[in-house]
Amino acid sequence: MSVDQKMDSGRRQLLVATSAVGGVAVVATAVPFVASLTPSERAKAAGAPVEADIGKLAPGEMMTVEWRGKPVWILRRTPEMLASLEKTEPLVSDPASEKPMQPEYAQNKHRSINPEYLVAVGICTHLGCSPSDKFKVGAESGVGPDWPGGFLCPCHGSLFDLAGRVYRSMPAPDNLEIPPYKFLADTRILIGDDAKA
Amino acid sequence: MTTKSQELMHWIDARFPLTSTWKAHLSEYYAPKNFNFWYFFGSLALLVLVIQIVTGIFLVMHYKPDASVNASGIPVAFASVEYIMREVPGGWLIRYLHSTGASAFFVVVYLHMFRGLLYGSYRKPRELIWVFGTLIFLALMAEAFMGYLLPWGQMSFWGAQVIVNLFSAIPVIGPDLSLVIRGDYVVSDATLNRFFSFHVIAVPLVLIGLVLAHIVALHEVGSNNPDGVEIKKKKDASGIPLDGIPFHPYYTVKDIMGVVGFLIVFSAILFFAPEGGGYFLEYNNFIPADPLKTPPHIAPVWYFTPFYSILRAVTYPLFGVDAKFWGVVAMGASVVIIAFLPWLDRSPVKSIRYKGGLFKAILAVFLVAFFILGYLGVLPPTPGRTLVAQICSVLYFAFFLLMPWYSKLDKCKPEPERVTFK
Amino acid sequence: MSIRVIKTLKRLAAIVLFAPALALSAGAELHLDKAPVSSDPAALQNGAKVFVNYCLNCHSASFARYNTLQQIGLDEQQIRDNLMFTGERVGDLMKIAMRPAESKVWFGVTPPDLTLIARQRASEFGSGADWLYTYLRQFYRDPARPTGWNNVVFGNVGMPHALWELQGQQVAKVTEHEDGTKSVALELATPGRMSVEEYDKTVADLVSFLVWMGEPMADKRKTIGMYVLIFLAGLFVLSYALKKNYWKDIH
Repeated sequence: MSVDQKMDSGRRQLLVATSAVGGVAVVATAVPFVASLTPSERAKAAGAPVEADIGKLAPGEMMTVEWRGKPVWILRRTPEMLASLEKTEPLVSDPASEKPMQPEYAQNKHRSINPEYLVAVGICTHLGCSPSDKFKVGAESGVGPDWPGGFLCPCHGSLFDLAGRVYRSMPAPDNLEIPPYKFLADTRILIGDDAKA
Repeated sequence: MTTKSQELMHWIDARFPLTSTWKAHLSEYYAPKNFNFWYFFGSLALLVLVIQIVTGIFLVMHYKPDASVNASGIPVAFASVEYIMREVPGGWLIRYLHSTGASAFFVVVYLHMFRGLLYGSYRKPRELIWVFGTLIFLALMAEAFMGYLLPWGQMSFWGAQVIVNLFSAIPVIGPDLSLVIRGDYVVSDATLNRFFSFHVIAVPLVLIGLVLAHIVALHEVGSNNPDGVEIKKKKDASGIPLDGIPFHPYYTVKDIMGVVGFLIVFSAILFFAPEGGGYFLEYNNFIPADPLKTPPHIAPVWYFTPFYSILRAVTYPLFGVDAKFWGVVAMGASVVIIAFLPWLDRSPVKSIRYKGGLFKAILAVFLVAFFILGYLGVLPPTPGRTLVAQICSVLYFAFFLLMPWYSKLDKCKPEPERVTFK
Repeated sequence: MSIRVIKTLKRLAAIVLFAPALALSAGAELHLDKAPVSSDPAALQNGAKVFVNYCLNCHSASFARYNTLQQIGLDEQQIRDNLMFTGERVGDLMKIAMRPAESKVWFGVTPPDLTLIARQRASEFGSGADWLYTYLRQFYRDPARPTGWNNVVFGNVGMPHALWELQGQQVAKVTEHEDGTKSVALELATPGRMSVEEYDKTVADLVSFLVWMGEPMADKRKTIGMYVLIFLAGLFVLSYALKKNYWKDIH
C-alpha cells in the first residue's frame, strides 16, 4: 500500500507508541469486566469460615456442615475405624496423600489434624456427586464381604476409605479434598480458615 | 514473492470478501478532506453504542428484573442494582459506565444531528441516511426509556407510569393499549420484565440493524462536508475525488484522537460526577419504587425534556378531543417531523456557510427555543412557564413547517466549486 | 420584505432569550446548613458507632455488610466487639430483626433503609449530607404530634427524635412576619448530655458515615479517575502527534 511506502521512521515510532499505550488502555479496561466475573462480596460472605460444635459427636458418628455451599463431613473415628486404614493402605491409589488434595497438616496416614476426627469435603473427585457413608463392615454393608468401612459414590461407584482415600481403579482420580480448618477449642472446629492467631 | 500472510489473505478472499470490504469501506472509501470538529460525533456515537452493549452484557449477569420485595422490604430489582454497585468486583464502574453512557449517547447523538442541520447533510442524495438516523433516534429514546425502568427506583416507576399513560390518550384504543403495554393495571413486575426483554434484546437488535443501514446508505452516496459541495463532482483521471482522502488511515487516526478526547471528558464525569448533578442519575431514583407515593416533583431524564415540555405545553382541547391527546400528538410529531427535513429544506445551498442571515437567525431562534424547552421540562410547571413552553413549542414547529418558505426566501451566497481546506 | 422578517425574528429571539428569567419563579425554599463532611477515619468510626447504637434498631442498612467497615479503618475483631450486638457473622448485611410489614403497623410507615439515605436526600437546595445534618439538629417538641416531636426540615415527621438524650429538647418560636410568612427559631429548653458543639460534631460524624455508606467506593473511584485521566492525557498527546504526522500529507 502507498501508505506503507511513505512510512517514515517518525511515523513508525508514533504508530508503535500509540498502539502500545492504546493496547495498555484496552487491557486496563478489561480488568473491571473480568473482575466482575469473580465471586462477589455476597459469595465471599456465604463462603466465610463456619464453626462446628463437635462436643456431641459420639465415636463412629458423622455430622455434615455446609461450607461454601458444599457438604463438609466431620467423622469421629473409633479405634477400629482408624485400624481399618492400615488394611486399606495397599488398596488405595494414593496412600501417602502425595497429591495436593489436603493442607500440609493433613498429609498423614489419617489425613487429619487430630487422628480421631476426619474433616473432609463430601464431594466425589470424579464428577461432583456426594458419596454416601458405608460404615458397616463386611457383607452387611452391601459393598462386599471384605469391606472395611468407607464411602461409596452413588453416581459412578467410586470407593473411598475412612480417611477419604480413593481405591485403585476407580472413576475418581483423587482422594477426597480436606478443607483448611483448625481447632478453636477441643470441641470447636473452624472450617475454611487455618490461619494461626 | 508471496508471504504466508498473503497466502492466507488469498485463501480468505476466495471465500469471504475481506479485502474488498476493507477497501470499500475504509482504505479506499474517500471522504472529504475538510471534515471539522462536528464530524467526530458519528464515530463517537458508534463508540458509545459499543460501550453500552458491552457494559449491558455484564450488567445482565447480575441484574434481576423482579419487582417483588426481599426480606428487608426492598424490591429485588432495586437491590440487585445496589448489589452490582457494592458487591460485584468492578460492578460500580460497569454500572456507572452504562448510566453515564446513556447520557453520553444522547449528547453525542444530539450534536451529530445538529451537525446534519448545520451542513445540510440530510439533503439529496442523503435523504435515506437522515430517515434512518431519525429512526435510530426514536429507537434510542425507546431504549433509554425502557432501560430507565430497570433500576426500579421512584423516578423509574413514576416516569414509566406517566409515559405509559400517554398512550391511554389515544381515542378508542388508548386505554386498552396502555394496559397491553403494562400487562397490568399499574406499572408492575409484568411491566418490568417486558421492558427488560425489550431493553436487552429487542430494541438493541433493531438499533444495530438501523445503524448498519445508516452506514451502508452513507457509504453508498459518500459523506457530506462543511461546505456542502459534492466531492464526487470533481474527480481525477483514476476516478478518485480530488477533495477526497481515504478514510483509512486519515480519518481513522483522526477519529482515534477524537475518541481519546471524548474519553477524557467521559471519564471526568464518570469518575468525578457520575450522578451528573442529579441529571444523569436522579436523586429520587436512589429511593426504591413505591406505587403509593409519587415524589413531590418528577421530571424525565434531561434528554427527554424538550419533547416532554412540548407535551405539557398543549393545554387546549381541540375538535372535541381533550388536550391530553393533542399533547401526545404534539410530542410524537415533534420527533417525527425531524425525518421530513430533507423535503422541507428548499434552499439552493446545503451548508450554513453559504446560507443567508435569515436562515441563521431562524436556526438560532430554534436552538434557543429547544434549549428553553429542555430546561422547562426539568422544572415543575407554573402558568408562566407553560406560556413560555407554548411559545417555544410554536417556534419549534415553525422552524420545520415554515422552512419551505423561508429557505427559498433566504439570500444565499454562491457555493464554491471545491471544498475549502486551509 | 426579508429585512422586515429578520427584524421581527431578531426581536422574537430577544424575547426568547429572556424567557428563562420569566420561567424561574421560585417555589418553596429549604434552608439547609452546610454539613462539615469528613473522610477522617476517626470521624467515620465515631459515626458508625452512633449509627449502630441509635439508628440500626429501627432502620436497616440492608445493602451494606459489617465487614465493609474495614474500609474505615476497623479490623474484624473491633467490628465484632464494638458494633455487632446480635451475634451475626461479620460478613452479614446490616439488617434488622424488625420486619417491614410489622414496623408499618407499629409506626404507620416503615422506617426507610438508610444505606442510600445521603444520596436520596440530595436536592436543588443542597447535598444529601446538608439535608441530614440540618434535619438531625432541628427536631423540636410539639405536643400536637403523636410522637411529641416535630422537625423544621421535615414537617410532621414520623420519626421521634432518636438522639434527644444527647441534644436535649428544643422548642420552636414561630414568628409571623408582616407579609404573612412564618419563620421558626429553635431554642434549647432542656440541655442534653452533650453541649451544642459536641452534638453538632456527633451529628457531623454520623452524617459523614452515612455519606460514606451511600457510596463506599467513592474514594477509590476518584483515585482511579485521577490515574485514568493522566493516562488518557498521555494517550491524547500521542494520538494527536500521530494524527498530525499522517495529515501533513494532505494539502
